Amino acid sequence: MEVDVAPLSIVLADAAGNLYPARMQMAISLGWHIVFSCLGVAFPAMVMFAEWRGHRTGDAALHELAHTWAKAMGVLFAAGAVSGTLLTFEMGILWPGLMNTYGEIFGFPFVLEGFSFFIEAIFVGIYLFGWSRLSPRAHILCAVPMVLAGMAGTFFVVAANAWMNNPVGFDVAPDGTLTNVNPIAGMFAPSMPPQVAHMWIAAFMVTGFGIASVYAVGLLRARRDGGHRRGEHRDRYLRMGMLIPLTVAAVFTPIQIGVGDWIANTVAELQPAKLAAMEAQYETRAGAPLSLGGIYYDDELHYSLEVPYGLSLLIHHDPSGVVPGLEEVPEEDQPPVNVVHLAYNTMVGAGSALLLLALVYGFAMWKRRHWIENVWFLRAVAVSGILAVAALETGWVTTEVGRQPWIVYGHLRTAEAVSPAPGLFLGFYAVAVIYVVLTVFTVYVLRRLASHHDVAAPYEGSDADAGRAEERSGAR
Amino acid sequence: MTTGVSLAEVLLGVMFIGLIAYALFGGADFGAGIWDLLAGGTRRGARHRTLIEHSIAPVWEANHVWLIFVLVVLWTAFSTGFAAVVTTLYMPLTLAAFGMIARGAAFAFRKSISSLPMRRFFGACFAASSLATPFFLGTVVGAVASSRVPPGIATGNVVTSWLNPTSILGGVLAVLVCAYLAAVFLCLDARREGYDDLADQFRTRALGTAATTGVVGLVGIFVLRADAPLLFEGLIGRALPVIVVSVLAGIASIVLLIVRRYGIARITSSVAVATILVGWAVAQYPYLLLPYLTIEEAAGARTTLVAMTVVLVLGSLVLVPALVWMFVLFSRPPRADSAEAVEASGARSSIV
Repeated sequence: MEVDVAPLSIVLADAAGNLYPARMQMAISLGWHIVFSCLGVAFPAMVMFAEWRGHRTGDAALHELAHTWAKAMGVLFAAGAVSGTLLTFEMGILWPGLMNTYGEIFGFPFVLEGFSFFIEAIFVGIYLFGWSRLSPRAHILCAVPMVLAGMAGTFFVVAANAWMNNPVGFDVAPDGTLTNVNPIAGMFAPSMPPQVAHMWIAAFMVTGFGIASVYAVGLLRARRDGGHRRGEHRDRYLRMGMLIPLTVAAVFTPIQIGVGDWIANTVAELQPAKLAAMEAQYETRAGAPLSLGGIYYDDELHYSLEVPYGLSLLIHHDPSGVVPGLEEVPEEDQPPVNVVHLAYNTMVGAGSALLLLALVYGFAMWKRRHWIENVWFLRAVAVSGILAVAALETGWVTTEVGRQPWIVYGHLRTAEAVSPAPGLFLGFYAVAVIYVVLTVFTVYVLRRLASHHDVAAPYEGSDADAGRAEERSGAR
Repeated sequence: MTTGVSLAEVLLGVMFIGLIAYALFGGADFGAGIWDLLAGGTRRGARHRTLIEHSIAPVWEANHVWLIFVLVVLWTAFSTGFAAVVTTLYMPLTLAAFGMIARGAAFAFRKSISSLPMRRFFGACFAASSLATPFFLGTVVGAVASSRVPPGIATGNVVTSWLNPTSILGGVLAVLVCAYLAAVFLCLDARREGYDDLADQFRTRALGTAATTGVVGLVGIFVLRADAPLLFEGLIGRALPVIVVSVLAGIASIVLLIVRRYGIARITSSVAVATILVGWAVAQYPYLLLPYLTIEEAAGARTTLVAMTVVLVLGSLVLVPALVWMFVLFSRPPRADSAEAVEASGARSSIV
């Protein structure tokens, strides 16, 4: 059979040119969405708690918190939903090589995720607009399917990601097509359990520290204003706004460190190249040190801090354990080391700082209640939200970039999966601009909500009535 | 498969039910945004916008998920067809996704903001993207229906596949159908809230849009005959009975609107729109990508199809009751003892 190479080479040239912008477009879209999906999973649980406690105790501050949080949740959920929609398109538009061959197994968890998202969207609507249509009890209960559907959705999406790391549930025929496809088995890749646990807890940490930091800033401002405008109600409102989410985050943080250890061991076993890149280690050696920071070039890590035997201890819980290095991996199969190493270090650093904060908070609640009013404690809480988001993003960069150059580990290279469509790179610029604009407006709206949370939106004529009615009916 | 319907056809049928649901519910939400755009100045259009916001705010996010459902079923059960469509048509699909972002975000943001300039800005974003998004989605349907999406990855022309007579017709029809459905739906909503004058205004709009859609449909016959002969053949052949039902339901809707029977008009209008989509499917059958790729050829592994069928059945057992409850809850008035009910009656008497 005669093969015409000329059009093929054009296609390949396009695909090569599309790879970088497509990866960046995906990175922006996912990096943005991941924050809002975390909030979508964990925030409803906290709103439900505030509403339930407020209802039980008649505490006006909790009542007000529940209402303000519900409004913020509406904004955050919309932002998460629309950014998730773009991702649904992008999966196919940018990575048709993945969909074309592996869609029948990789897509399956997304079908289940579709159902989860459906249930979540229905109950978000009912929760946000049902204050005056449901009994308080029924209204509180409506948050339960929201939380469960959010956690189920996380499970399905992360299961798909775990499959990309350790693809299972199929065989490859000699002609490259898949045989013995089992989509259920595909959802249970060996790295799925620790990845799902890590992500669930991350959702509660990001939401907990994130919301707490907003109220820590509020408390610091109130303190700066010298106490005027700061009635007892306002004070309690801000304090509860900080303490509820902070408690949730502080409880989960130590667990997350343990799960982190679990996940590192899974990676060491199943994706040694990723682990070697995380640690920027070239040589396979026993008694490997744990390296912090530095820059990797000429097959060596320079200017780093080394903890002797640290890595062997971490992976094998034995100082003389052997850790494979990048030298074991052919050069064309190595991930970009510096990005992975520094992202991983940043995640561990941010996570450790959050652990310290969690421990201090726990000790304060136990023995030194007055520490919570301390300005330095409040400042630490105020930056904890940023740290949690930083840990989330860098952790995600570690796992995604650490899998490169594969999109389906060991089976399909990212460069083979990218669409060769001409002009595809324009999408990257458009997405970059859109997300900058969207971020600015989201922050603006949330800030307005925080500062004007008791003001109902006027309806350019008549909405004020409806808005206030909703408010009042809830406050009854 | 010699007898009856294959598993792949069942799944595609379920996907198509999702697509019809998206066209009806999501379409009405888009249309509501279009009427928000055309409601006039801030003061004059205030009541229209209030009604629109009240009608769609609690349900739009759930309605929107139908699209996600359609996409994930397509990409899992018909991966090769999905990859072909989204890569050749990445431009209109990306633009539609941008439209959905602008629309969803702006709508949620507007609800949470009290300053008038920002509300105007978000309102304009919401309304303009409500017009653009169905247009781009309509061009995608036009591209597939006019045989412009060959199988394979990005093998079609990324520009002319969706900028051609059939796609433009698809885009325009999508916008008109959304606007029409929204106007019909809003007639009933307005009457329910006690605004009979608003109901009359939306009735006029519904009738106007119906007439325009009819004219565009007639022009479309000639466009399709020239530009999409294979589809045209199917439409006047096997799909003709479906198209006849669509036309009859459309005529019935107009009569019902004239006599102000808004409840039944909703049903006949939905039938008219759903049968347009069904007609397209019947005309294309058994092809997923006319005339290159059949449904069976595009279908994925049998185990996946079986697993999906089980999931769809079990999932709908949870989903359908939840959806029904949501619509029932928001079509009923608020609890009589709630302040909203009291306020609403007060507000009504002050603005009617």
